[in-house]
Amino acid sequence: MLGSLEDAKVLAGGQSLVPLLNFRLARPQHLIDINRISGLDGIHERDGGIAVQALVRQAAVEDSEVVARICPLLRDSVRLVAHRVIRNRGTVCGSIAHADPASELPAVLLALGGNVTAQSSRGRRVIAADQLFRGVFETSLQPDELVVEAWFPASPQPYAIFEESRRHGDFALAGAVRAGDSLALFGVASTPVLADRADPARGLEPSGDLEASPAFRLHLVRVLAEKAFAA
Amino acid sequence: MRVNGVEHSAPTDARRLLSDHLRHDLGLTGTHVGCEHGVCGCCTVLLDGAPVRSCLMLAVQAEGHEVTTVEGLARDAAPLHPVQQAFHECHGLQCGFCTPGFVMSVVGLLAQHPDPSPQQIEEGISGNLCRCTGYASIRRAVSRAVELTK
Repeated sequence: MLGSLEDAKVLAGGQSLVPLLNFRLARPQHLIDINRISGLDGIHERDGGIAVQALVRQAAVEDSEVVARICPLLRDSVRLVAHRVIRNRGTVCGSIAHADPASELPAVLLALGGNVTAQSSRGRRVIAADQLFRGVFETSLQPDELVVEAWFPASPQPYAIFEESRRHGDFALAGAVRAGDSLALFGVASTPVLADRADPARGLEPSGDLEASPAFRLHLVRVLAEKAFAA
Repeated sequence: MRVNGVEHSAPTDARRLLSDHLRHDLGLTGTHVGCEHGVCGCCTVLLDGAPVRSCLMLAVQAEGHEVTTVEGLARDAAPLHPVQQAFHECHGLQCGFCTPGFVMSVVGLLAQHPDPSPQQIEEGISGNLCRCTGYASIRRAVSRAVELTK
């Protein structure tokens, strides 16, 4: 269906897409609700990591024993996504495909070096996190491709995620994810970005808005990265 | 879909939000609509027992599911639900606009954590906004609801 319809969007949890529809900021011609497709709601241990299928709610990942054991960084990160009531509907794969630069899960996937599996009528392909995020709400997914699975490697020690937001559950002004020696930042560029722990703000030109100036975001990056590596 | 235990036919318009369907088509105006983008929490209902934002779901997506609104907690002449009773006793409301959403979120919270820690209570109500600034009494109401439920 995705391949045959012009201007179609996939609807899974809808916690990012439906607000955009309500505000008429997104006006797709077609919505394809995947919620009734069976066999897409599993969390599996695979290849030394965790595979999360397209319809797995963020709340299910938060409560998952296998996620807590294999990838506690993912569990800790999911808890920072909005509020529990939102996580009851919102999906992990949806967050990643939506590619909001201020959201946690794309940065976690990037820091861990994970990937997504995209499926279309043409077949399946695996896209590494560092090849996925292209811009604000933009990915290298083709219009006919559905993210059927996101794969997160086991979190290395030490790991940490820190973010700063004006109110609990709001989008972060800036955030830092540490996975071993790897550092990914979110909220400070058009995509999540890998950064050097020695000089995490180097090369960044974050945008400013009512909530935070560019200079304040750069300050946050330095503080949050330092906290992550002190953890 | 079943709403408060009663089977209803599907909405005729696929564009209809669940919140608008409940209010305008079914007349269940206890579900309030505040921000319409998932921030305020006024429209929270239970979907198969778990709290969700009814403004962030299309009504057709609830087909085959059980929806519970604030009207479904204590039917007709039944006594108040323990969470409603606790909000009443602890003055957990002022103007009342946010109250149905808070009540449904707390029902979901107590289903998940029957004996929540103070931190779990704060986390549990953090997704609902109250502009009369009644959070202290709402927090007390949650603790009271735990006692009433035991």
